[in-house]
Amino acid sequence: MATRLKDVDAVMVGMGWTGAILARELTKAGLNVVGLERGPDRTPGENFILPAIRDELRYVQRLELMQDNSVDTITFRNAASEMALPIRRFGAFLPGEGVGGSGIHWGALHWRFTPADFRIRSHISERYGTKAISEDMTIQDWPLSYAELEPYYDKFDKICGASGKAGNLKGKIVVGGNPFEGPRSDDYPNKPIKSAAPSLMFAEAAKSLGYHPFPAPVAIASAPYKNPEGIALGECQYCGYCNRIGCEANSKASANNTIMPMLRSEPKFSLRTRAFVTKLNYDKASKKATGVVYTDMRTGEEYEQPANLVVLTSYVFSNTQALLLAGIGEPYDRATGKGVVGKNYCYQFEAGAAAFFEDKEWNTYMGSAGVGMCIDDFNGENFDHSGLGFFGGGYFFCGQAAAPPIAGRNVPHGTPRWGSEWKRATVKWYPRFARFNTQGSVYANRENFMDLDPTYKDVFGRPLIRMTYNGTENDHKMSRYLLGKLEEIIKAMNPTHYEMYPRPRNFTIVPYQSTHNTGGTMMGADPKTSVVNRYLQAWDADNLFIMGASVFPQQHGYNPTGTLCALAYWSANAITEKYLKNPGPLVHA
Amino acid sequence: MADNIIPRRRFLVGAGLASTAVAAGLASEVPAPAQAETVAAPPPPHAAAEPEPLLMLTATEAAFITAVVDTLIPADELSPSGSDCGIVTFIDRQLASDWGGGAKMYRSGPFHKGKPEQGYQLALTPRQFFQTGIAEANAWSQKTYGKELDRLSPPDRVAALKAMEEGKAEFVSLSSRAFFNSLLSITMEGFFSDPAHGGNRNCVSWKMLGFPGLPATYAQKFEAYRDKRYVAPPRSMVDFS
Repeated sequence: MATRLKDVDAVMVGMGWTGAILARELTKAGLNVVGLERGPDRTPGENFILPAIRDELRYVQRLELMQDNSVDTITFRNAASEMALPIRRFGAFLPGEGVGGSGIHWGALHWRFTPADFRIRSHISERYGTKAISEDMTIQDWPLSYAELEPYYDKFDKICGASGKAGNLKGKIVVGGNPFEGPRSDDYPNKPIKSAAPSLMFAEAAKSLGYHPFPAPVAIASAPYKNPEGIALGECQYCGYCNRIGCEANSKASANNTIMPMLRSEPKFSLRTRAFVTKLNYDKASKKATGVVYTDMRTGEEYEQPANLVVLTSYVFSNTQALLLAGIGEPYDRATGKGVVGKNYCYQFEAGAAAFFEDKEWNTYMGSAGVGMCIDDFNGENFDHSGLGFFGGGYFFCGQAAAPPIAGRNVPHGTPRWGSEWKRATVKWYPRFARFNTQGSVYANRENFMDLDPTYKDVFGRPLIRMTYNGTENDHKMSRYLLGKLEEIIKAMNPTHYEMYPRPRNFTIVPYQSTHNTGGTMMGADPKTSVVNRYLQAWDADNLFIMGASVFPQQHGYNPTGTLCALAYWSANAITEKYLKNPGPLVHA
Repeated sequence: MADNIIPRRRFLVGAGLASTAVAAGLASEVPAPAQAETVAAPPPPHAAAEPEPLLMLTATEAAFITAVVDTLIPADELSPSGSDCGIVTFIDRQLASDWGGGAKMYRSGPFHKGKPEQGYQLALTPRQFFQTGIAEANAWSQKTYGKELDRLSPPDRVAALKAMEEGKAEFVSLSSRAFFNSLLSITMEGFFSDPAHGGNRNCVSWKMLGFPGLPATYAQKFEAYRDKRYVAPPRSMVDFS
């Protein structure tokens, strides 16, 4: 029997980006907040320091910061006709664990979705006709506009000390920035991150073809910076140890170095780590979430934490699983298309290329995952899809490889994989290659969804969440189109050799592709077609709010973190300004 | 130089477990032509065959791993052999580690083969997978060549590993291709990871690549060295400890 703890005002389930944002904003409003985190605590001064943080084997290969699959994993299949099998160790995507969550090991590409993305279904119908969207494509408009979210995008830019160049300042197009972005109320707090040689070559080639290159926006401080919380960030050191690793320079933004320092000294906040939430308590009669049950992983003891306000701040899979287990909202039924929980699971449809330049000599190990140049000419509705047979798109990125020696090397296809010839090719090409990526959207399809697995269980005996996903014809066509355009730019860079990496027909759970999973608890204007309203408040429990990319109705051609954190600030504002004054549904169905 | 082609003996000597009788027995099997081939390699520039205690590999397993890493990473003008770089020690430590024991790995059944898209679905931990793979590779080698893999001549070893790489070697239970890929992957990890883990002795692979290692603070160098190599003697976690 779980020990019942004293009531608190609010409980956070997960202490990554959104848990930290909500805990900070709610304590500022005077609430007593408990933050529950299944993993360990991590602080930059203790955990992200030399020399141990420079251990590629530990962090990049052995996935030190990622979720422990032995405790809890997900099952996967390509189609509903197949049997899902457990992901025994993560591959295609890497959810994080511990304070900071996936927001420690991210590449920190810091994007906003375009105004058209927020009303994608309406936009496509208006532009291409009401019959343009096929029946199986279940994309939906967002229940809020870009303009409404903009102040919160701006707020998160400043929390992170984001670096970049505005392309649209209050409606005025600025040369050198991204001309396709929505109007910004302010420029980035920091000037763009420095670019490496191949990125500049890419930008020049893209420009010669009539495109609009700009420096990648990153949540990495390009100069020493103090954020609005009063916390100092350091200047990026271009160390190359970035993806999958904590930032030694205290420059890449994470909840740990931008918000947690304030929360740690906040008497109204209580952090409990190694506290694994197994159950969301729900009173169906009153339509209220009453708290959560968690296991203290250090003792095995079970506790009930009652709370007036419950905020799900976990990753996509855990958020969706919590609702399905609690019986909140109608589970999605693929056969009928009815129900919403688990619906519109989407991924990120990335495809890339590599180019080799015999006459160059670069320090490919310098940089970071986000140091590079982009074009956004082929994203979302930034280009005309008439006659193309697909919708969606993505930005193009060219970075210096930021290539650590184990995972970052590259040799042309056809080179032996071992032996002296391989070694000679490795030495030759290690300083002479560049990487390219297209960050493709995934437009929701009725065949792709999440539900509870009928066979496999976690260590607590709970059914695992089951993911049914495959790339759709629409997204494959989109990706091939993007790669065709990318290839033209690469050719204009005049490489000795290049190779394109199209996506395989079937989505596969290995190797690594992207940790951009979205959907399952999507937001919308109507409870029949969404789980949460425009303020991320559950339709079926007005004191339950759900954060993160699980609320995205579909995934657009950008990294999701900038948008999901802006949404967290937007939701926090609605809670503190509206909900606390008059608790109840913020939108009437 | 005969040591280069008597992996099991060399390993035994290196590991401080030398048995004169075994070593002598192996030495008599040395094929002369192969010896001539390997003599072509110049003395490894950073050879450091320091004895290291083995935590989990048996003598037979260590001999197999030594033969494999010396074939995948042969001694040549660019680096010493895989075992001289410490990769056997690295693999032994990795397989003995939490990771080798299946930490952070979902291990509940039922076990189904599944589609390749569904990834690794065996009940085996990495340690068990390598133990099984080594036994099956040696059994296949015995059947095909009449000898275990580490006793094959260098050209036969190359051919045997290629057969495994292409999935043409028929193992009893495992896919020889999957096993080869795991061998290749852990060998590369040993060759390129920080020397603190036992491989990449004296930062040999980092010197080979021109990778400076730690501390990796390039804010003042990133633009200055945009189009030219930044050269610095590599330093590892060991140098900062």
